[in-house]
Amino acid sequence: MDFTDLTIKSASELLSQKKVSALELAQMSLKRIKEVDDKLHAFLYVAEKESLESAKHTDEMIIADHEHSALTGIPYAVKDNILVKGMQATAASKILENYKATFDATVIRKLKQVSPTMMGKTNLDEFGMGVSTENSAFGPTKNPYDLSRVPGGSSGGSAAAVAAGEVLFALGTDTGGSSRQPASFCGVVGFKPTYGRASRHGLIALGSSLDQPGILAKTVEDTATIFQIMAGQDELDTTTLPKPVPDYSKFLKENLKGLKIGVPKEYFAAGLDPEVKTIIEQGIKKFEELGAQVSEMSLPNVKYALSAYYIILPVEISANLSRYDGIRFGLSAPGKNLEEVYYNTRSAGFGAEPKRRIMIGTYASSAGYYDAYYKKAKLAQGLIRDDFKKAFEKVDLIVTPTSPNVAFKFGEKTSNPLSAYLEDIFTGPLNIAGIPGLVVPGGLTKQGLPVGIQLIANHFAEEKLFMAGHALEQSLNLKLKPNI
Amino acid sequence: MSNYEPIIGLEVHVQLKTNSKMFCRSANAESAEPNVHICEVCTGQPGALPVINREAVKKAVMVGLALDCEVSEYSKFDRKNYFYPDLPKGYQISQFDMPINGKGKLGKIGITRAHLEEDAGKLIHPEKGNHSLVDLNRAGTPLLEIVSEPDIRSAEEAKQYLQELQNIMRYLGVSDADMEKGQLRCDANISLRKIGQTKLPAYKVEIKNMNSFRSVEKALNFEIKRQTAMLDEATTPAMETRGWVDDKNITVSQRSKEESQDYRYFPEPDLPVLHFTKEYLDEIKRSMPELPAQRKQRFSSEFGLKVSGALDTTIAYKELGEYFEHVATELDEWMDSDGIPDQERDKYMNLSANWVTGPFLSAINERNILPSDSSIEEENFAELVKLIGQGRVSNLAAKGVFAKMFATGEDPSNILDSLGLQQVSDESVILAAVQKVIAENPKGVADAKTKGEKSFGFLVGQTMKELKGKGNPQKINEILKKELLS
Repeated sequence: MDFTDLTIKSASELLSQKKVSALELAQMSLKRIKEVDDKLHAFLYVAEKESLESAKHTDEMIIADHEHSALTGIPYAVKDNILVKGMQATAASKILENYKATFDATVIRKLKQVSPTMMGKTNLDEFGMGVSTENSAFGPTKNPYDLSRVPGGSSGGSAAAVAAGEVLFALGTDTGGSSRQPASFCGVVGFKPTYGRASRHGLIALGSSLDQPGILAKTVEDTATIFQIMAGQDELDTTTLPKPVPDYSKFLKENLKGLKIGVPKEYFAAGLDPEVKTIIEQGIKKFEELGAQVSEMSLPNVKYALSAYYIILPVEISANLSRYDGIRFGLSAPGKNLEEVYYNTRSAGFGAEPKRRIMIGTYASSAGYYDAYYKKAKLAQGLIRDDFKKAFEKVDLIVTPTSPNVAFKFGEKTSNPLSAYLEDIFTGPLNIAGIPGLVVPGGLTKQGLPVGIQLIANHFAEEKLFMAGHALEQSLNLKLKPNI
Repeated sequence: MSNYEPIIGLEVHVQLKTNSKMFCRSANAESAEPNVHICEVCTGQPGALPVINREAVKKAVMVGLALDCEVSEYSKFDRKNYFYPDLPKGYQISQFDMPINGKGKLGKIGITRAHLEEDAGKLIHPEKGNHSLVDLNRAGTPLLEIVSEPDIRSAEEAKQYLQELQNIMRYLGVSDADMEKGQLRCDANISLRKIGQTKLPAYKVEIKNMNSFRSVEKALNFEIKRQTAMLDEATTPAMETRGWVDDKNITVSQRSKEESQDYRYFPEPDLPVLHFTKEYLDEIKRSMPELPAQRKQRFSSEFGLKVSGALDTTIAYKELGEYFEHVATELDEWMDSDGIPDQERDKYMNLSANWVTGPFLSAINERNILPSDSSIEEENFAELVKLIGQGRVSNLAAKGVFAKMFATGEDPSNILDSLGLQQVSDESVILAAVQKVIAENPKGVADAKTKGEKSFGFLVGQTMKELKGKGNPQKINEILKKELLS
């Protein structure tokens, strides 16, 4: 068996048939990581000892219980801004270089109940600020399809690890596209839930009103299986809502008769790579073939989303990053007095992008500027939410590109932060509106680079994403696999 | 006489008594050992999220209702951003533009708002070494900030306002509100204006570091003098924060207000907006404990208390009032069963109020104990009052009995018996003694007959001596009068 061909579903069947053990799956994962991760640098920490111990324990449990959940024994990775008790949680920042989590994130706690095997912590842009992992304090991750290109970000490590077959799935986070854009760049499935559907407890906060845990996986069905475990209200995150979680597996159908799909014209304007456009259009055609009714539509205020996003987010960042002050944990640089300790610690601990956003956010929330920036951005947020609300009165799903372009080369966008910010143009509006999104691989460009199709649903309508995503994936039958 | 009137507004922080902290499950408790009541939330660990303490919200609403505040239907938390080592997250979760409690009043003093927030930790500065230590036991404990309008016109009024506020907190059971323990902290804003003017002065001075009611009063009086002297010299006092130095009885400048900090408040995205339904508020209203004003009215109508000083004292000290109420209830039961007439009843009630707020209060204050911790059971206290009222023990002797009761917890009749202090009111016994004294003191009798009642003193004294000090003086007087003047 080739480990890199396995999905959660197929691996779980092999486990049931006793054709493989959890320990063997973990060993295969470790072997694959050893083979490719020197080149990729998807992992910041490989939990070799812990994963083998955990897998042994899981095997004993499977023998004792005679049954197991779909995720039991499945090797997976966790973005290094999600807390796993006792393990490092650096958020790819110098300021947390030696920080160890004191508790499990709720999503980790829930996953542990079904015993998948945690293989390690993956790379990201520092605190999630970036679209390429080039902002990691510990060096970038490379795209498995082309090592001279970025894997996307900020969950680039998680996307690359899944694409390269190091693990069968990985957790990411998504504040403005951080799980979806890397999925598009690496040819895997990427998912962001409705804000309030999954717990943020134990996610190192970036933009608290925008953050959600995300999933990177090989198939839509696998994604739905993982999300089934992750979703739901959490008493430790009171922004989660008490909505019942449906059985997502029941929605995975092969045809989409009666499904209404909208295609917003604003998403296909100038600036969109023609090859990306072609692949998205092919996907849309597939949806029609599958029985969906596709219509053009408009989201007139979405053009304000990126501006609103880059005000609201930095304002929240400027406060969320204040706790890294060198007093209680993390990096602490000495100084002659308190002010110097703050100054030296934060100067040495934060990279350029966090510093830039702290400054933008501090400025935009200062007396005299708050009304002009933060309040305006919140107003724009209201308009964007209304756009989507109106749209979903007419359609079930919206289909768009994920990024205007394919994976770009290292260094291409580092000199101009604004060009990197434009990467979020199609994904950020979902976080601004709090709605869920799913990215499904749509095909490869002539150069062999993946392009993901983004599906957007209304609040708490994740099942529609899985339904349409699964049908599209089955019908495209791409079976993408990088040559690494 | 000064030409100025002080304009004073107070900002009071009250520590709410809850089991856990404002936004986490760590205990809201003191500890001699630092950093024991802490968790990932109140130490600001990455990934930790706050969860609102419902009990704290309920207590804040109770205070709002007690202060006649407008309780808004919606309220939210905001982040107040600043760096300090005792503030783990680098921001304090507070309330900016949608406080739980809006405008209200306490007597004549307007309340601007009363909002919830979390407390900071404590810094410890060791004498040796060039470092400071952080204790986060207090970090994240619930605080209610009560801001008054600038309606206070004297230091005395400020002190009264604080005492009343403290009393309300204790009645509601939301805080012990002990200033010395930091459970009630007060900052004051003070400025002066010419009498007759109605506009607020263009400056104000903030006073901090006042750790008792007395120091609030003293600090404000000091400021009034200081600012008066400056204004008399045509100087406007600087906008600044001044600290009260208790051992020197002065305020000193701490920092200028010109360089005031921008806290960059913005809505706390980690917490949902609070929505107060009518049902929720009605439920709290139903469960509100009795407030001082209500108790005062009840005591005066139920117990016929006329001695306003004693009444005020029982109201101002919640536990003392409760003790008094128990004594009064015991007395009431006895008077009901004995059919004591109304005019008599008032006498007993006022007597009991005077004894509770007089000797009893002094005694518990001296020992620094709560009324309920004294060894005098309320039933015994009522009996003592009964004995005094019936004239079976003199006031003087009663003081001795009370002291013994307080020391041992014995019941008063037993003490009277064992000390032989039962007052002699038996008319035949007194008559016999009086007749003996009249027979033995012809000069005194002659004096009394010519000068009248006011010269009875000598004969009363002699009779008392005859009765070994236990005679009822009133009765002796009566009988002497009958014997000599009729």
